Amino acid sequence: MTQYAAIAGIGQTEFSKNSGRSELQLAAEASLAALQDAGLDPADVDGMITFTLDPSDEIGLCRCLGVKDLAYTTRIPGGGAASVATIYQAMAAVNSGIADVVLVWRAMNERSAYRFGQPLVPPSGGVVNVAGNGTGSLLWCMPFGAQTPASWEALAAQRYMEAFGVTNLDLGHVSVAQRRHAATNPRAWFYGKPITLEEHQQSRWIVEPVLRLLDCCQESDGGVALVVTSLERARDLKQPAIKIQAATQSIPAEVEVISNYYHGDLTMMPEAHGVARRLYAKAGMRPEDMQLAMLYDAFTPQVLRQLEAFGFCPRGEAKDFVKGGNIEVGGKLPVNTNGGLIGEAYIHGMNNITEAVRQLRGTATNQVKGLERALVSCGMAGAILTHA
Amino acid sequence: MTPTPEPQAAPTRPDPVFTPDAAFFWEGVARGELLGQRCSECHKLVHPPRPMCPACHSVKRETVKLSGRGKVYSCVIPRHPAPLGFAEAPLVALIELEEGIRLVSNVIDIPPASVRAGLEVEVTFAPTRGGKAVPVFRPRQGARP
Repeated sequence: MTQYAAIAGIGQTEFSKNSGRSELQLAAEASLAALQDAGLDPADVDGMITFTLDPSDEIGLCRCLGVKDLAYTTRIPGGGAASVATIYQAMAAVNSGIADVVLVWRAMNERSAYRFGQPLVPPSGGVVNVAGNGTGSLLWCMPFGAQTPASWEALAAQRYMEAFGVTNLDLGHVSVAQRRHAATNPRAWFYGKPITLEEHQQSRWIVEPVLRLLDCCQESDGGVALVVTSLERARDLKQPAIKIQAATQSIPAEVEVISNYYHGDLTMMPEAHGVARRLYAKAGMRPEDMQLAMLYDAFTPQVLRQLEAFGFCPRGEAKDFVKGGNIEVGGKLPVNTNGGLIGEAYIHGMNNITEAVRQLRGTATNQVKGLERALVSCGMAGAILTHA
Repeated sequence: MTPTPEPQAAPTRPDPVFTPDAAFFWEGVARGELLGQRCSECHKLVHPPRPMCPACHSVKRETVKLSGRGKVYSCVIPRHPAPLGFAEAPLVALIELEEGIRLVSNVIDIPPASVRAGLEVEVTFAPTRGGKAVPVFRPRQGARP
């Protein structure tokens, strides 16, 4: 019989622009909330996973929570590409028997303490490390004035947009839909603040002619945590178990995170195509089976290329797919129903996973009716979550 | 008081970062040469540089002088926040060289807004604040934007 892992608990802090406390405290608060949500004691935790980039230390977090005897830790490289990979690795740890209860966390004061949106060139030269491993080629960008994640993303996205005639106005439909979701989500920074296409078009250029301000995710302070355990154990816990039906990573040759200019065809996202191929095969599912897609949305063009990679529309047609309410609750494929990293908060992708869990539990603010299967993707990793 | 002549502005562009496997590239640029890395065994040309050939696994590598000619593959203008070290917003471009490798660079000597993919360009060099240099590109003689 196939073993499955499940997400048994989720937790988070408030999302803000100035948390007023340490990143370790955010990590501890979010972790404790996730464990309490699951009905587990910190002493039950025997595995811990986060991003290579996370500033909090495993042992420091154990000391806060009172974790008694950790059996397994690992960290995932690649900035936000680590987000969905954390639950993939947690699943692998649980299914292989090396850990029973795995705590996944990501916590940062990314607005109040440092800002990913500012030029990442230290005065002494070199590069501020924003993505952990996996982005060595950022070195090749800095002396040319490409010094922010927005400029790195835009340089690749421009080729995609030119190839398929995608305009910045087309991208605006993604922002408008996600901000509509955020507007009715009290956890979202942009709660009560929807935008119009006109407002999108009036927002200033960040990187011309690709990204305006309203195409970019937020800079946020906050923490998010999840608890992964076996499906069998999760069924006995406090919350409805959310099954990890399948999860995978894909890093094709010459692909790297964000300064991703050296693979064959920049009009696509080969890593997401790789994830899609492997994920659907493992799950025995097809794009039509997905009823919700939580797609890493640091910048709007990433949403378009993932929609195409995961087969929701043919290549080059995402610019039309995102129009007419298709990606809103009630539409053909609701996308980023919490508002995403653009509308809710930028907790490096992790808050998009917890939204999928809430949706499958039936407790989301912008609830998708009759939901049974959800896709979560960060480009280089993906998972299909289902009812147990 | 007679006005003193404006001094020649010192370069403000950030320096490139020399890493062990890419030092040859920046040393070449400092001499006014655009160099690529080729495998000594199977002659595969790669960029970014790396210590092992992905095709034949040889660690023997040699530098090869590149044509310096290519086409704009994609291009953007970072507006906000203003890039550090640039008085005017630069045109950041991916240049696909004739040899088939891509470089992140700038296109100069042309209004940024008029650069399009496919523009034929040739290499030149720009100084950086620490006395180093980087390869940048300008429209090729006779090439139209």
